[in-house]
Parts: sequence; structure tokens; C-alpha cells
Amino acid sequence: MSFVSQFKSAASVMAKDLRHRKIIRTALGNYEIVRDRRKASFQDWQGARQLAAETKWEAVNHLDQYLEEFVARIEARGTKVHWASNAAQAREIVLQIVADKKAKSVIKSKAMTSEEIHLNDALEAVGLKVVESDLGELIVQLRKEAPYHIVFPSMHLTRDEINVLFQNELGSANTNDPEELTMIARRALRSKYLTADIGITGANFAIAETGMISITENEGNARLTAALPKTMISLIGIEKVLPKLADLALFLPMLATMGTGQALTCYNTLYGGPRQPGETDGPEEWHVVLLDNHRTELLADAEQRDALHCIRCGACLNVCPIFRNVGGHTYGTTYSGPIGSVITPHLRGLQDWKHLSNASSLCGACTETCPVKIDLHHHLLQNRRNSVKQKSSLGEKIAFKFFAYGASRPGLWKLGMKMARWLQPLQTLLQRTPLDPVKPWTQSRDLPPLALASFKDWWRNRK
Amino acid sequence: MTVTLFIPCFVDALFPRAGISMVEILERLGHTVVCPENLTCCGQPPFNSGYWDEARAVAGKILPSLDGTDAVVIGSGSCGAMVKKFYPELFAKTPQEELAKKIAAKTWEFSDFLAGKLGVTELGAKFPHKVTFHDGCHGLRELGVKKSPRALLANVAGLELVEMSEAETCCGFGGTFATKFPMISTAMGEVKCASATETGAEYIVSNDSSCLLHIQGLLSRQGNPLKTIHLAEVLNRK
Repeated sequence: MSFVSQFKSAASVMAKDLRHRKIIRTALGNYEIVRDRRKASFQDWQGARQLAAETKWEAVNHLDQYLEEFVARIEARGTKVHWASNAAQAREIVLQIVADKKAKSVIKSKAMTSEEIHLNDALEAVGLKVVESDLGELIVQLRKEAPYHIVFPSMHLTRDEINVLFQNELGSANTNDPEELTMIARRALRSKYLTADIGITGANFAIAETGMISITENEGNARLTAALPKTMISLIGIEKVLPKLADLALFLPMLATMGTGQALTCYNTLYGGPRQPGETDGPEEWHVVLLDNHRTELLADAEQRDALHCIRCGACLNVCPIFRNVGGHTYGTTYSGPIGSVITPHLRGLQDWKHLSNASSLCGACTETCPVKIDLHHHLLQNRRNSVKQKSSLGEKIAFKFFAYGASRPGLWKLGMKMARWLQPLQTLLQRTPLDPVKPWTQSRDLPPLALASFKDWWRNRK
Repeated sequence: MTVTLFIPCFVDALFPRAGISMVEILERLGHTVVCPENLTCCGQPPFNSGYWDEARAVAGKILPSLDGTDAVVIGSGSCGAMVKKFYPELFAKTPQEELAKKIAAKTWEFSDFLAGKLGVTELGAKFPHKVTFHDGCHGLRELGVKKSPRALLANVAGLELVEMSEAETCCGFGGTFATKFPMISTAMGEVKCASATETGAEYIVSNDSSCLLHIQGLLSRQGNPLKTIHLAEVLNRK
């Protein structure tokens, strides 16, 4: 089945799923309250957005320089840096490290880049045991599902469902108390940190000025993932770079505000290198894998380059009425919601993924909320234009040519309106039959009758 | 002031009362209204579908007819956004670029023309009903029209405005989106209708008939007694 057919059939099921609609509405209703409270605590939220957008614009437009600066600094402290052009290369790099270390088990903290390159499958294929340490990620891993949302991987599940899952997969006692469920996961995870040979993390920001990565989290699991195993691997998209350490003073509260509605997340940690002489903890080896995977193609697109500003806060998903009604899994992509619909065609091919850009009412709620001011819904429009320019559908092309011909000839347009009025009784007869020419509309909605006299008729008569 | 009134194609064909109300209101305020015959469609359907050449073919024909008066007033936030925001982009690097920019600069959505440009919010209207207002996304986010319709409604005698929790949420119309992805569009519309129904209002008022076409289509299929009406019609009731 093609990607578009998969999307349409999943969307048809999910859009009617009132239970799903209610779960997401409740979860995001709570998010909206705390997000707005945090936004209000900024002295000038719009000013903060502008500054964030300008900072990212500077970083992205001088990406080569900032990356080199970042790499030079972390290498100076003994970090091994690897450059991966695509997903396959990134997987090979990680697998090579795993093989060199003769590793048997891996613990991971949350990293969308690892989802992007399907790292877990690659590691498991060579016999490794992989454990996700972020609670939400662990839950979807146990369910053998992809994350539902880039910040809230298991937001589509109720605690009763998680209770049943934990009983089945972890052999825990029956409880739907959130605190007890968290403790069950914690107990299951603690021993894994100690036995894991390798810890794999992502990064929220990479600071060029000081050569450090910044990881934002709420559970402390990323700290344990980074600190306990002897080898640490961080898989980082090249767009994550920020020029200065001081930029975090804006970006950390901004990410927390839009991601989870917090002033700051519980843990924000900077990593600058492996264990240094005289230090008592930290990994002996640190490998940083810098992932391009078509990001440079997006960089080359002057119109949509700002999509590289994305800090993966998920705010655009949360306000998107499409996301809220079809859910994260329907997209069939690593990055869902508006940002996913914008970048997936760049990452995985325009013709295969253009339907995501078409599956939007272009309402613009995403662009309005985006903290780094990505022009999201206009990029969807540009993807539509680019896809048509590359390869248009014959039927649609003829239809719009015909439409353009009629609409540029007022006499013909007037005649068309008249004919539509004559033909409407026929459509009414055919309604709710397979022959209805406007069935996609009328299967769920009524169509009002065309007025007996149009506005233009009235205007002509009164003159 | 002489005003070119652009009544969008679907308002012309389906909701002529909204257009007639706009003419009557503008004339009552002492303005001269012109409605050139060749203002057919703004070209948004092909534009939003990615067919920019076809959109230019339509828009390029109507562009000269929008010129020659003091202002262009459009009876829909969506078509207003097309002319004001997207024409300059559509005609960039073409011989009509300057004209598109000139027209864009003097184009107004109807309610914003009254309250924003003319500073008129009192029209002597009377509409003794409880209503809720739906913000069409293009008017709201492309043109930034939020306060004008409410300022106008505040002065309608007998009218009680109750805001719905999802006032700024898209109704799910989105032009061709509604027929390309009817399942998503319908779900979005259901959320909208449920939110409007919660307010206990008798009418959903909007400055965009395209949204109302979608919302009314769903309400009537659901058998929901809630009615829809264009803002201009409310403002023209005595």
C-alpha cells in the first residue's frame, strides 16, 4: 500500500475514534493551561520568539562555521566525532562502536534522531538488548510501537492501559496509580543502567562556543544513561547547534514552556567531553555522531531553511487540529504534526510524502504558536506548489485548467453558474448514491441550494 | 470613498444575502460601491492546491478590475488573504508584481474595513439573539482580524455574544482539503460544532461564509438547530 493510502485509511479510522479524540483533548487541555501560564511569565513573549528565531537563523546560516567550532572544542577534550551523511552511515557508525566494545546491552535516553534512523531495529538485528529509559519511550517500546508524539511518546494511552501493559511485560502488580506505575518502571530500569555497556543519548542543543551538548529531561534517566555506562554515544542532528552558551538562557525556558508547560524541566545537563583525568565519574569514551540525513538539502532551500530552526518542542503538534483528530501514528513518520508534514517530504521524498502537505486546512495555528517562528503552514503551501511543478496529477491539472479558463471569462462563468443551478436538482436526486458527483462532501455534510438569484443577478437588476 | 466590493464566487452563488448586506451597509455610510462583472473568483482553489500557473491565469484577469478605486473590500477573510497576502507572492517577478502590491495595500476584509479603516462600529443594527463568533483562520491569522468583528457585534442592539472555547480552532473547511480529506475535515467540523453548541447560542456568526458553508452543512446533517449567519447580515438587520 502506498504511503498516501496508508495515511488515508489510518486517518479514516482515527478521525471517527471519539475515545481517542477525548484522551488527546483532555491531555492537551491540561497542557494549554500550563503552557499559557509559563508564556505569561515571559516579560515579552513575542520578543523572545523573535530573538530565538534570529539566533537560530544566525546558527543555521553559518552552520558550517558553528559546527566546526563545536567539533574542535569537543575533540580537544577527547571526544570522538563522527559525521554521518545519511541514516545508513549513522547506523554503521554506531554498530561499529558497538562491535569494537563487544557490547551486549544498550541503554538509551530519548532521542528522535535514533527513531529517524531506526537505530533500535539495527541494534537488535545484531543481537543487542536495547532498553529505552524515558518512561514514555519505555511504554511504547514495550508495546512495540513508535512514539506517538515527539515530546509525549505515550500520550495516547490511559494509565489503565499502562497498568495492563506493565503487568504483562514487567510482571508488576495491579495498580493504576501514576506514582506506583512510575516506581515500577524505575525498578525495572535501575539494574539496566548498571549492566549496560553503552549509553545512547540525543541532544537538545549543541553549543559551539564551549563545545558542549545540552540535554533537557524530567526523569533523570538521561543523566544515568550518560554517566553509568563506560561508553556514551550521542546522536545529534546538525541543526541543533547554537552559537553561544548564553543562548541557553533563552532556549531552555522556551523549550520547557512550549514542550511541557514548565518554567524549566527538572534536569538540564551540559556534557563537554568524556571523563577527564582526575574526574571520578562519566563515560570513559564519548562518541558524537553528527547526522545530516538530508538536512543540508533543507538548508539549500532558501524558502524553507527556517524549518531547521525547529527545537522539537512539539508545540505545533499540540495546536494542530489535524494532529488532534488523526493522532501521531497516522502520519507514519518519525516527525508528525505540522513540522513533520513540512520536513518529511525533504527527508524522505516529495512525491511519496506530499499528501501530508495536502492534508491541512492551512489554518496557521502551528505558525502562530511556533516559538522559533517557522513559517510552517506556508511551507505546506510551498510543498504543494513544488510537488505540482515536479509532477502534477493529470485529472487535477485538467480540472484546474478548465476552471481557470472559465473563471477568466465572465460570460462563460455566468453560464456555468446557470448550468450549476439547473444541474443541482439532479445532484440532489443522486445524493447518498455512488453516482453523486460531490460525494466526498455530501457523505458527511449537507450542501445548501444555489440561490435562485445570485448576488451578481441582484446587482445587475438594481442598476 | 469609492469602494470596489469583491463578492467571492461562493457568496455570489450560495449566500447572496451576505453580499447584498455589504452593499447596503457601505452605501448607507455614504460610500460609492462598484462591483465589476468580471470579478469571478480570486483563484484560491488552484493556488492552495499548488497550481500556481492556473491561479495566476485567473487572478491576472481580475487584478486590473480591482484597481481604480480608493479601496478594495472583500466579503471573506479567506479571499481577502488571497488578494492581500498571497497575490504579491503569486505575481512576484512577473509584470503584474507592482499592481499586485498596490492592490494588496488597499485591500480590506469587510469587517476590518468598517471598524479598522473607517473607525465605524455603530451601524444601528438590531439582532435580539444569543450568538457565538467563529474566527475564520485566514482572516484571523493571515490578516490579523480579531477585534473588528467583535467591536461591530458589541453595538448590535439585543445581541448577546458568548465566546466558544474553540473560537479560534479551524472549522475544517480548508477549500479542496474538505473533499480531499473529508474524514479529517468532518472530524474538525464536529469539534467546532460541539464547541459552538456548548455556548447555548442560537446562531454562529462569522465574517467568512466559506467556514459557515462547512459548519452549516454539518449542523444540518446532524439535525442540530443551531443556525449560521454572516456578520454583514447581522449588521444589516433592523
